Amino acid sequence: MSRLIDPWGRPRWLRLTTWAYIAWSLVPVLAAIVFSFNDGRSRSVWQGFSTRWWWGDPNLSVFHDPIYTNALVHSLELAALDMLIATPLGFLLAIGLSRWRGRGSGSANFLMLVPLTTPELAMAVSLLLVFTQLTIIPFTWVALGTTAQVIGQVTFSVSYVVVIVRSRLASLGPEYEEAARDLGASARQSLQHVLLPLLLPAAFASTLIVFALSIDDFVVTQYMSAGGETVTIPMLLYANARGAATTPALNAVATIMVIVTLVGVGGAYLVLRWFGHRSGEAGGEAAGQMGMDLTGME
Amino acid sequence: MRNEGGIWRTLSIPGVVWLVLFVVVPAYAVVAVAMGQIDSLLQPVPQWNPIDWNVGFVKEAFTSVLPGGTYWPATRNTIVFVAVTVVLCFAIGYPVAYYVARKAGRSKGLLLLLIFLPFWVSYLMRMLAWIGLLAPDGYVNVVLGWFGIGHTEWLSGNPYSVIAALTYGYIPYFILPVYAGLDRIDQRLLEASRDLGASAARTFLRVTLPLSWPSILAGSVLIVLPMFGDYYTNDLISGSPHTNMLGNSVNLLVQGGSQKNLGAALVLVLMTILAIGMLYYLWETRRQQEKLAS
Repeated sequence: MSRLIDPWGRPRWLRLTTWAYIAWSLVPVLAAIVFSFNDGRSRSVWQGFSTRWWWGDPNLSVFHDPIYTNALVHSLELAALDMLIATPLGFLLAIGLSRWRGRGSGSANFLMLVPLTTPELAMAVSLLLVFTQLTIIPFTWVALGTTAQVIGQVTFSVSYVVVIVRSRLASLGPEYEEAARDLGASARQSLQHVLLPLLLPAAFASTLIVFALSIDDFVVTQYMSAGGETVTIPMLLYANARGAATTPALNAVATIMVIVTLVGVGGAYLVLRWFGHRSGEAGGEAAGQMGMDLTGME
Repeated sequence: MRNEGGIWRTLSIPGVVWLVLFVVVPAYAVVAVAMGQIDSLLQPVPQWNPIDWNVGFVKEAFTSVLPGGTYWPATRNTIVFVAVTVVLCFAIGYPVAYYVARKAGRSKGLLLLLIFLPFWVSYLMRMLAWIGLLAPDGYVNVVLGWFGIGHTEWLSGNPYSVIAALTYGYIPYFILPVYAGLDRIDQRLLEASRDLGASAARTFLRVTLPLSWPSILAGSVLIVLPMFGDYYTNDLISGSPHTNMLGNSVNLLVQGGSQKNLGAALVLVLMTILAIGMLYYLWETRRQQEKLAS
């Protein structure tokens, strides 16, 4: 009947499919989080609630076992370095590419897209070979380990920063800059006093996104690693997820990673929304746009 | 007057230099190793000079991925797994994207948030979640047991588990562009179709679906590209060489074994296959745009 009244009715099976999909996509992750509170050693059979794998066990819990604490510290260290290098690099590249016309700009634009359209494995293999096989400066300065890991992460992070900052530039339009130029500002002055302040939220948001990308990265980080000192949380997950001796502390460390990532991304969302409200944009739209940008689309 | 355009190029220079050093030069290193020699310790000796390139490894890599070659099983698995995963992503993801984009009404914001969430849970964490559930004593077997389905080994070389895991892992990346494409469709076009007498089903088949075709292609590209370099899903969910994909072969050759030359050559094969795919994608999107313009 409802179909006769409303030609744009919502078929119930579509709604069911959508909610079933959401349950399917989230419930396993929630289950893995719940298992970090398991009272036994199993990661598949529930044996009661405890916090032993979080802090209770003096040797094997996530905050006491050096395997986990070292990986946590190293993951955060890489994320901090990635943020510090990739954000300014990508920020300047985004502004430059958006205005630079003429010879070389086409190739630069293409180059920026390569890391987004190449399987990460191909990037990882190429970086591994260049650092282990090429015997000219500056590649000989880089040994596998933290330095190589940072370089690898920065290389794919830069493109994300460029995409986010450029979409903000596109949504601003040329009017502010033109107004500044009409009032007598030089290109440099309009950049410094008009464009930079307007782009600050995008820069801040992309910093947090780089943080999330770095924390979650596995392939490049693994290929660039050198021994136990340079193990990150995703590398621990890969190495131990199938291990018979692995305890729910692994689920706990994975949970920490999820929380840290969500806090970073949530922060980026709130920053964009707050700035969006201030400059009178629809916050939801800006944030929705961000969701698109973050995954390298559009 | 000073040339003010120069300031933009200057701003781009650090980023461009970085990308040349760590994208272009490494890409050339792959070619140099693939076209290089091997020393007595089985270590690669890259050949940086194109005049002295040795095409032996590249030839070997190209024949090894064809039927009858060493890596044909991996190629076949890659093609089958990727194709089935794309079909499943479409079958599950399209209705979801369609509902959220066009039918969700007031719950749209909440649904968007929930659909974006998996992006921010590390891929490996999402695999870890399934390892617990699919374990021999895990809840999947428990639930199936209620229906009288006997104990199943999900995590040792089971290709169905690998396909399910790939679908689970990559489907958010498919839904996102499809959602964006469906969200952009002008409601007036659908109204026009209905006003002209088309039924809801016909409107969907003749208007909505064709208009969302470019975004379906984009979503497919977005999941196919990383799947060609995926070795971790297999390692975590199967761990058996029977379900190896090309990503596993590359990873084993480059990181595990002493055959970096062949590994590099295999990367070139992969990139060639993907380049052909990308060219088709670009050609198809251009064709679509021309069709819409006319």
